[in-house]
Amino acid sequence: MTLKNIAISNLRRRKARALFVLAGLLIGVSTVVGLIGLVQEMKSDINHKLEMYGANILIVPKTENLSLTYGGMSLGGVSFDMKEIHQEELEKIRTIKNAANLAAVGPMVLGPVTVGGHRLLMAGVDFNAAQILRPWWNMKGKIPTEEDGMILGSNASLITGLKLGDKTKIQNKEFTVWGVLETTGSQDDGLILAPLSTVQKLLGKQGRISMVEVAALCSGCPIPEMVKQISDVLPSANVMAIQQVVKGRLETIGHFKKFSYGVSALVLLVGCLMVLITMMGSVRERTVEIGIFRAMGFRKSHVMQIILLEAGMVAAIAGILGYFAGLGAIRVLLPLFLEGHGHRTVALDPMMAGSAFLASILLGIAASLYPALMASRLDPNDALRAM
Amino acid sequence: MSSIDAKNLVKQYGIGEAKVTAINDVSFGIETGEFVAMMGESGSGKSTLLSILGGLNSPTSGRIWVDGVDVYSLTSDERADFRKKSIGFVFQNFHLLPYLTLAENVMMPLAIIKMSKKEKLSMAIDTLDRVGLSGKANRLPSQISGGEQERVAIARAIVCRPPIILADEPTGNLDTGTGAEIMKLLSKLNHEGITVIMVTHSNEYAHHARRLIRLSDGRLVGEEMAM
Repeated sequence: MTLKNIAISNLRRRKARALFVLAGLLIGVSTVVGLIGLVQEMKSDINHKLEMYGANILIVPKTENLSLTYGGMSLGGVSFDMKEIHQEELEKIRTIKNAANLAAVGPMVLGPVTVGGHRLLMAGVDFNAAQILRPWWNMKGKIPTEEDGMILGSNASLITGLKLGDKTKIQNKEFTVWGVLETTGSQDDGLILAPLSTVQKLLGKQGRISMVEVAALCSGCPIPEMVKQISDVLPSANVMAIQQVVKGRLETIGHFKKFSYGVSALVLLVGCLMVLITMMGSVRERTVEIGIFRAMGFRKSHVMQIILLEAGMVAAIAGILGYFAGLGAIRVLLPLFLEGHGHRTVALDPMMAGSAFLASILLGIAASLYPALMASRLDPNDALRAM
Repeated sequence: MSSIDAKNLVKQYGIGEAKVTAINDVSFGIETGEFVAMMGESGSGKSTLLSILGGLNSPTSGRIWVDGVDVYSLTSDERADFRKKSIGFVFQNFHLLPYLTLAENVMMPLAIIKMSKKEKLSMAIDTLDRVGLSGKANRLPSQISGGEQERVAIARAIVCRPPIILADEPTGNLDTGTGAEIMKLLSKLNHEGITVIMVTHSNEYAHHARRLIRLSDGRLVGEEMAM
């Protein structure tokens, strides 16, 4: 028989009270674990998207002409008749200080062509770079490996009536459709894509390019710094970062994070109040028992230990269960918060589990301190008189 | 020197006009190994005096020494230690914890003593044997009679081998036959050297003691040797 045995026996006897304390802390811990985990998962999803974003730097010629847009992003002064960047200049991009962060440099030449009586925009691209720059591409067929191969955007295929394997002539050169893109929702849908050198020849723009897309594949890349470095090596080009969407979403997550912390604090406070009230009720119910303990020679600290041990044990269980309940909640809720990434698996995080366990014990003990103090200060003679 | 020396004990409750004097200038001494019965009508201050003797209830004035130790000059923790070492309480309503077995109830005072679980269990079983409850260590209080429950309460009071037992109406809730058995048990413990101080209403049981102390309105009104 030890103080721990007395605490365990009491918990067994007063199961309803123990369950109430457990519920208070469990709800608190699982809410905090759920919300913090959700924010972490959303942030990691955003970072993942940032990495998978494709181009996050655009290089276009400096121009005073009207701007065109591409994929919802400004292409600066790209126009069909304007001057282009010289292809040999692109090598300089590989010399910047943060060159190691460059995952892909995708030059592109753009020009209008007529196909079957329809006027379309043709893009010459480096297909190897294009695959890194556009990870979202889904395609019927395959990437062309020959210079007369081309890929059609979904709308371009619809308008021209060309399908996989069809042949067509563009400005007297015969092309074969190697692939047809599924709808991307971007301006790629209306493009005809062919190898860069082929399109350059076709448009009479050998050695020249209309724009360059650059991908820096890391979540923490110093994008503004890289923009400056590229601008320094390509003074005739306009270099810009396209992170606004991601930054905007990160900002939203930042707000959600603050909100989550607020809700977590509130739920924890309510949980602690539940523990406080339940433990105070338990102490009142056990006045006589505590009086007997004191009459037997238990010190005030022994009485406190019994109460805190009870709270600590229930809180430890609440910490473990709360963590797994929170984890379960994340798994259920995550698909609702992350479009297209519902299949993401949430791994068990030992750090988070340990923190939830310790935090639950600390909160349970902190919330029981006052009832424990109240119990230890009970006058043993009052207990005797209560008999 | 007496085992217990009480000098001019006064205990008052309340303040102003509501002030009640429960113990009024009581002095007495109890020798080591004595069996003393405290008698008096309800409200005469018997139980208050017992709680003062047990270090549970500070007197308003006056002092009490147990084996030379001024009990109320001790700090709260020191007084708890004093109770643990020197006093065994037996309560009228037994006050066993219903969710613990008899052995566990008896072991309860040992919870704050450093010794192995095996030793504690052995002490509890030995003490249960000593009060005549062999073989019932694993029963719950609800599974035994009132007299047996009182025996468990006595076992719990003596498991730490205190030199003094303070019993508050130990037979109050028992029938005559069972009460007599409990008195025999207390007498037996007294013969083994334990000082027993018992509060009782019953003249019959009081005569198991060697000395009677009579209280009335908080005053000590008589002392007599039992027949």
